[in-house]
Amino acid sequence: MKIAIASGKGGTGKTTLSVNLALALSDAQLFDCDVEEPNCSLFLDCEPKLLEDVNCLVPIIDSEKCSLCGQCSEFCRYNALAALPSKVMVFPSLCHGCGGCTLICPEGAVREEPRRIGIIEKAVVSELEFYRGLLDIGEVMAPSIIKALQAHIEEGKTAIIDSPPGTACPVIATVENMDYCILVTESTPFGFHDLKLAIDVVRQMKIPFGVVINRHGLGDARVEKYCLAEGIPLLLMIPNDRRIAKLYSEGIPFVKEMPEWKERFREMFETIKNQVDQGGSA
Amino acid sequence: MKQLTVISGKGGTGKTTLTAAFASLANNAVFADCDVDAADMHLILKPEVLETEDFCGLEGAVIDKDLCVECGKCREHCRYGAITEGAGTFKIDPLSCEGCAVCTLVCPEGAVSMQTRVSGQAFISRTRFGPMAHARLGIGEEASGKLVSEVRENAKKLAEKSGRELIIIDGPPGTGCPVIAAITGTDLILVVSEPTLSGLHDLKRVIELAKHFRIPAAVCINKYDINEENTRLIEDFCEGADIPVLGRLPYDDVATLAMLREESVIEYAEDNVLAGKLRLVWETLVTSFAGARP
Repeated sequence: MKIAIASGKGGTGKTTLSVNLALALSDAQLFDCDVEEPNCSLFLDCEPKLLEDVNCLVPIIDSEKCSLCGQCSEFCRYNALAALPSKVMVFPSLCHGCGGCTLICPEGAVREEPRRIGIIEKAVVSELEFYRGLLDIGEVMAPSIIKALQAHIEEGKTAIIDSPPGTACPVIATVENMDYCILVTESTPFGFHDLKLAIDVVRQMKIPFGVVINRHGLGDARVEKYCLAEGIPLLLMIPNDRRIAKLYSEGIPFVKEMPEWKERFREMFETIKNQVDQGGSA
Repeated sequence: MKQLTVISGKGGTGKTTLTAAFASLANNAVFADCDVDAADMHLILKPEVLETEDFCGLEGAVIDKDLCVECGKCREHCRYGAITEGAGTFKIDPLSCEGCAVCTLVCPEGAVSMQTRVSGQAFISRTRFGPMAHARLGIGEEASGKLVSEVRENAKKLAEKSGRELIIIDGPPGTGCPVIAAITGTDLILVVSEPTLSGLHDLKRVIELAKHFRIPAAVCINKYDINEENTRLIEDFCEGADIPVLGRLPYDDVATLAMLREESVIEYAEDNVLAGKLRLVWETLVTSFAGARP
């Protein structure tokens, strides 16, 4: 089963929940899909090792063959090519690697070369298999890294997937093939507003989901009331506890210091399994 | 005209809380919410929308069923897996389509065309602190960077029209496409960090991003007293990277209480310690824009 942890708003506790849930389960895979700012490894006390580069195919123009017709730059929707009077310039960082320029060139003057945009790393921490993606600084194609990362999901295993914040394309790339989505939020005006956006995403994609309230006690009861009214399962409440915040700041998963939480995470996992088995979407 | 962008790398460190506080302290600024896929600044600034404009991002491919002969060429050439085959028809998954138009090129029947789609709205508004530009990106849409640029364009026009000298931009989390669009060409990046290992890790990456694009950056440490040891690690890192630290802000419940009242911290608790510290950070920023380096 593939479970993504998403939120809309950043900083609500996606990584906390992902890491603690993965540690509470045995034999799980954990994927950090927040490839712009991955943080899971900070809580796992491990040094992930390079597994592979993620590349984008970018055009190389053979100036001998190029007739300066300009069809490539005209076709490119990402402004990655500019036909100047004397040559065609390539802007690799704007290229999405669609291959259109190689297809359209009448002279066969365009070939493609892989260009690194990020990496996939792996670590094994006792029973847990951990993978993360890292988008290179200055690069924009986060969804490509996320797709390459998710290619390592093993069928039959439980995969816990830490999603990036927001509701745009990196989030879609992360959650699109999931069996379930946990939306984690805090009950503040910002948390609630962005939770509703995240609910729009999972509903539109028809992914069963439930809500976890983090820092419960902070803010007011608006999220609980809303979930009750909408019939959305409230999976877990994590209290607004200074001890948990301190452990987080030090990079320590709180299930390690507060082992009673392991059982709660396992119970939550069982609830999710039942909801998925019943084909129940909220 | 000067532009200040507030970013953080990590989400939830307090970007919008700080930006809203600055908005209530600035008397000659325009505000831009560039976190277009999870915008929150309007919850505090409560803008009165004056103009709404549909935003068309990238075009998307559409297959004409009547012309399609199901040869599969489009699917073969699509590098984004956006063409799905089912029950004898080929379809484009709009969430995966990147709008590259390669399918229109390879279709022998001319059955694929590119169509514009509305992928969000841009707003021009009035708030109690000054003019504001903001937007709403449709769910799962591409081109968030393009919409960010549109918001910034609108903010510039507002500033020119109203003769205001500063644009305060609330940026998105991360380091990717919308962040790059939110910082390109600004005069100063203010990074709001927090003293957690994640906060420090993400701060390092956004500082690298700022250096990559050669934009001056400064740091403000929020909730510094949650872990003072980590606060010192952040300060040491900043010193080593030659990045000024403009202030340390204490953890204070008034940040949440103000948010619940839909007010900035300055409005909600003018005499509070956090409000006082925020005022100092703001004064430092104003001085730096007056010419001196922060």
